[in-house]
Amino acid sequence: MLKALENISAFYANPTRFMKLAARLHAPLWILASALLAYGLFRAWHVPEDYQQGETVKIMFVHVPAAWMALFGYSFIFFASVTALIFRHPLGHVAARAAAPVGATFTLIALVTGSLWGQPMWGTWWVWDARLTSMLVLLFVYLGYIAIWQAIEEPTRAARTAALLAIVGFINVPIVKFSVDWWNTLHQPASVSRLARSALHADFLYPLLIMGAAFLALFLALTLTRMQMEILRQKLRVRRMSAN
Amino acid sequence: MSVFWAICRQHMVLAWRGGHTTLAFAFLFIGVTLMPFGLGPDLALLQALAPGLLWVVLIMALLTSLDRLFQADYEDGSLDQMMLMPLPLELVVLGKLLGHYMALVLPLLLAVPLAGLLLNLAPAHLPMLLLAMLAGSPALVLLGGIGASLAVSVRRGGLLTVLLSLPFYVPVMIFGAGASQQALAGEIDETRLAILGLLSLASLLAAPVAIAAALRNAVR
Repeated sequence: MLKALENISAFYANPTRFMKLAARLHAPLWILASALLAYGLFRAWHVPEDYQQGETVKIMFVHVPAAWMALFGYSFIFFASVTALIFRHPLGHVAARAAAPVGATFTLIALVTGSLWGQPMWGTWWVWDARLTSMLVLLFVYLGYIAIWQAIEEPTRAARTAALLAIVGFINVPIVKFSVDWWNTLHQPASVSRLARSALHADFLYPLLIMGAAFLALFLALTLTRMQMEILRQKLRVRRMSAN
Repeated sequence: MSVFWAICRQHMVLAWRGGHTTLAFAFLFIGVTLMPFGLGPDLALLQALAPGLLWVVLIMALLTSLDRLFQADYEDGSLDQMMLMPLPLELVVLGKLLGHYMALVLPLLLAVPLAGLLLNLAPAHLPMLLLAMLAGSPALVLLGGIGASLAVSVRRGGLLTVLLSLPFYVPVMIFGAGASQQALAGEIDETRLAILGLLSLASLLAAPVAIAAALRNAVR
């Protein structure tokens, strides 16, 4: 199994082969993302009214999947950086760099929709509790990661520095999460992925999972497209330099 | 081993002679002076906020000094020389961080009681606050070193260093300020002190390795 994975990743280390695969995946991934998003939004819009929260509960169907993708994005960056730095896979840096703004935007969406939800629910736009604080810190980690790519000019050095930050920063994220748990808690504790049965009723759970899948497909589609763009940019740079 | 102490002493002397210690003092007191202008001169309010405010100003003074850890050596080529030393780069880094701690952080900690007086912090409140700062400040220097080493090759990279170090500072801040709130009650919060010590020790193990990797990357 591991050997097969190794062979596949070695096969696609060649950018040209990867671009061929990406070209074939591009349209299906975007179609899947659009379809899931449309279906998810339709299901989310037609959920029965929550007895406590009324219509505003529908923000949950954007807020929660966005938060899931924010965390998934950073894990993606972490694994891509490990692949690039330790296993020396050439596309690891490209993947991490491509995913960063996507993950950062999902984090921002999660924070903003959370505020919009919190105002009618809790009576405040922001509160310094465990979840919100660690999501804000996660946003700063994303911004720091993106800033490294922009600040360092030489591409190889920028790639390695960014990969180092991603790896070291990943250790920080669970630490922040746990330390803030001991600090303050107002945000709802986990109710979907509990070891016992999920606390959500099926009427709300299924649209939520569909939206989660939709956001995942969207994340992958966006990251794949950005990877293609980055490889094309590199090719362009090489051509310009050899033309001069 | 004498190389280690030589590096430590060199960094200390450079920081002292370059006026960085004095600048850090000035920053601490300016920061503390600005607080009443922003918050109003109500002494009771200032006393309630004092431990947290002192932590914030300490961290800001530290963040602004992080530039001077590796940047000067990177620019004049000393970093290359440090990599060729008989001492492993991780220990060289540790020496510089120790020198930084002795030259900048310890004097600041000595200034905290005086700054606390400006914020109406009574001497009875000081032991817990100082213990917490003592337990947490090694972590701050070590984690700040990670940010500084990642940004070392960027010419005006001060702000980048701050941005990179900030997520690492959050856990230390949370426990440090939390411990300091107990300072107002005059009690010693052993749990939080222990956690701060844990963070410092963990940084001591992990940070030099990360910093050395980042410095090697920058010089290549």
